[in-house]
Amino acid sequence: MSDDSLLKTPFYDMHVAAGGKMVPFAGYSMPVQYPLGIMKEHTQTREKAGLFDVSHMGQAYIRSKSGDDPALAIEMLMPSALAVLKPGKMRYSVLLNDEGGIEDDLMVTRTFEPEGTLYVVVNAACKDKDYDILEEKLGDKITLEPLDDRALLALQGPKAEEVLASLAPEVAELNFMEATMVTLEGVVCWVSRSGYTGEDGYEISVPADEAPAFAARLLANDNVEWIGLGARDSLRLEAGLCLSGHDFDGTTSPVEASIIFALGKKRRENGDFVGADRILKELAEGAEKVRVGIVPEGRAPAREGTDIADAEGTIVGKVTSGGFGPTFGGPVAMGFVPKAMAAEGTKIQLMIRGKAHGATIAPTPFVPQRYKRKQS
Amino acid sequence: MTKYTEDHEWVEADGDIATIGITDYAQKALGDVVFVELPEVNASYSAGDEVAVVESVKAASEVYAPLDGVITEVNGDLEGDPSLVNTAPTSNGWFFKMKLANTGDLDGLMDEEAYNDFVAGLE
Repeated sequence: MSDDSLLKTPFYDMHVAAGGKMVPFAGYSMPVQYPLGIMKEHTQTREKAGLFDVSHMGQAYIRSKSGDDPALAIEMLMPSALAVLKPGKMRYSVLLNDEGGIEDDLMVTRTFEPEGTLYVVVNAACKDKDYDILEEKLGDKITLEPLDDRALLALQGPKAEEVLASLAPEVAELNFMEATMVTLEGVVCWVSRSGYTGEDGYEISVPADEAPAFAARLLANDNVEWIGLGARDSLRLEAGLCLSGHDFDGTTSPVEASIIFALGKKRRENGDFVGADRILKELAEGAEKVRVGIVPEGRAPAREGTDIADAEGTIVGKVTSGGFGPTFGGPVAMGFVPKAMAAEGTKIQLMIRGKAHGATIAPTPFVPQRYKRKQS
Repeated sequence: MTKYTEDHEWVEADGDIATIGITDYAQKALGDVVFVELPEVNASYSAGDEVAVVESVKAASEVYAPLDGVITEVNGDLEGDPSLVNTAPTSNGWFFKMKLANTGDLDGLMDEEAYNDFVAGLE
């Protein structure tokens, strides 16, 4: 089954040849799984290394028109400490609207270009919207250059370092949330130690025309398998990471979404970003509702949209991400509950197909993160 | 003789008691099964009613009653090991047994050859 209106990444033919089950996702034809199946692809990533095609995500450079730091401009829309980013350092941040709601989440990296150019990676489904917002609100201060000629791969898992370092030893030196320019197989790539699975690993931005040959080199290693969108979702869910458009949307603040770590300390003190009134008030007083981790009792997964009820059966919230955690060994979920019910250990009920199932508010991540942080 | 439905269930009748599960084609399409919600014993269903739910890592799918009848037994092994649906869909991975209201209704289902043709037409 093919749909000509869907976009294809540079790896499309490789996915089809590898037996990938292609589905429409954010306007692209993407592999949801390969013959290995979601469960084994998930385990492969936790135990060895998984290769993900994330070329559908938006990559762009942001430069300042006046020659000063472009981070000073985008900090107006992003509440993280970005101006302090040194070359080769990156941060997770959010793109806010005027009401302090999250339009998207993204990675912001300082490149080594002398003018302090920033490299951003945004969600596939949001990239046009994100670029429009940046253009509309900051178009007089910055230029945004989408990198449509670059593919993006994520190599994730405990064997990722060994695999990638066999091609370029210097990548072993990177710590979590650091990036550098590396020549891999004669191809200049932008490599960061980051990802969205909870595992150690890398994201590799590679010129589109060189990308398939490069992926083939990685796949030639016995520790590496292609991993589809299905396992990508179960991996990020177990890691307790938000999915844009599901665990938050334009109405949700960073405080509600429990991603307070994305708010820089100085930035909070200064309140110099859009929606600061609401966000600072919620920081001080707590938000009415907050995102929490949920562990259902029994085996029934609680999917997105499942109603959450209190002990008396009153509906108080909804599951925003949920499914089976292959490494956790049971169902896990995330959703929003009133702040009074957000404490770990609070008993709730999940209304699955009209029947109440017991569940408990639990800490996230559900599976320990294994990032390679700097040894201090 | 085993009969089949267009919803990819198999029905194996012994007198008026039918054992029901999902086909190999169905388990492959679903992927790794992680949970099966089974009906209550003694509950009665009409053909086409939603009677069970099978959840894979990906999504939840309904299983429909292939014929009118009353549930006589459910496969408790699926509670502890839902992956039986993947590894043994037409044997140990059965879902439930039904006492059929009218065994003559079996004639309205597909035989193996017709089901194989039906599946071939989907691909």
